[in-house]
Amino acid sequence: MTLNSKDRAIVEATQAGLPLVPNPYEVVADTLGLDEAELLERLADLKAQGVIRRIGAAPNHYRLGMTANGMTVWDVDDRVVDLLGERVGALPFVTHCYRRPRALPDWPYNLFAMVHGSTNEEVAEKRKEIATLLGEACRAGDILFSTRILKKTGMRLRRKEN
Amino acid sequence: MTADISDLDRKLINCLQDDLPLTSSPFSPIASQLGISEEEVIERTRRLRDDGLLTRFGPFFDAEALGGAFCLCAMAVPADRFEEVLTKVNAFSEVAHNYERNHRLNMWFVLATETKSDIARTTAAIERETGLQVLLFPKEQEFFIGFRVNA
Repeated sequence: MTLNSKDRAIVEATQAGLPLVPNPYEVVADTLGLDEAELLERLADLKAQGVIRRIGAAPNHYRLGMTANGMTVWDVDDRVVDLLGERVGALPFVTHCYRRPRALPDWPYNLFAMVHGSTNEEVAEKRKEIATLLGEACRAGDILFSTRILKKTGMRLRRKEN
Repeated sequence: MTADISDLDRKLINCLQDDLPLTSSPFSPIASQLGISEEEVIERTRRLRDDGLLTRFGPFFDAEALGGAFCLCAMAVPADRFEEVLTKVNAFSEVAHNYERNHRLNMWFVLATETKSDIARTTAAIERETGLQVLLFPKEQEFFIGFRVNA
């Protein structure tokens, strides 16, 4: 989809965040030359279209003590990967789960499940539970721990020239 | 969990991960729920953000719904070139997140671009600038999206 110019201006004005004031939408509306009611209506539309997933805050899970972040990766039989992916994604400690293409010969894994915990040992224990669930349909697996956040800014629209 | 966060701040962090209402006073329901004033909700949220416990507050956009695309990418960066390559990769505004990981493929980043073709254009530019191969892992199927951390 393509955004009209007003919606695009709204995305540009809010993508770095909302002002932390009692009436943030009034402040944003003022800077855009819109009524607050019109801004709220357009934001509701963008949400209904799925352009906005939610409005809220993103926690820094490292700073919250969830310092162990393991990307578990699995080489799962293509015939059952979607069925098993649903079950892995439903595990309470799995925060993201995706099927992705393999990159042979370097990378044989097609199922990615992100596991967060307080320690690497805790994450390794949870990884065993995933291995048990996958059973014989899984030919190999690995776990990649993150050692550093190198960047975390989220999506940015570039300002259009002219 | 870290010990230096008060119970109230923990509760606030959990509340702020829910979808806030599209109303004139979006903090008002949280204030009622936590039994504090709206001003205190805002003040505490500002402090949590300034202290880095919250990375941002605002709308979360779906690049795909905007006609754009996301793609997970990985590179095997030689240890002695890591900082140099990092500077080059992070300079691309399309790089939304980037993590160092303990694997031969040691740099994992997510591209968020306005059009699908920008993914290939950006990865080609990164390969040109760094001289290193970029492996692409676009999502083919998503099994869970309810990301949330209990503070």
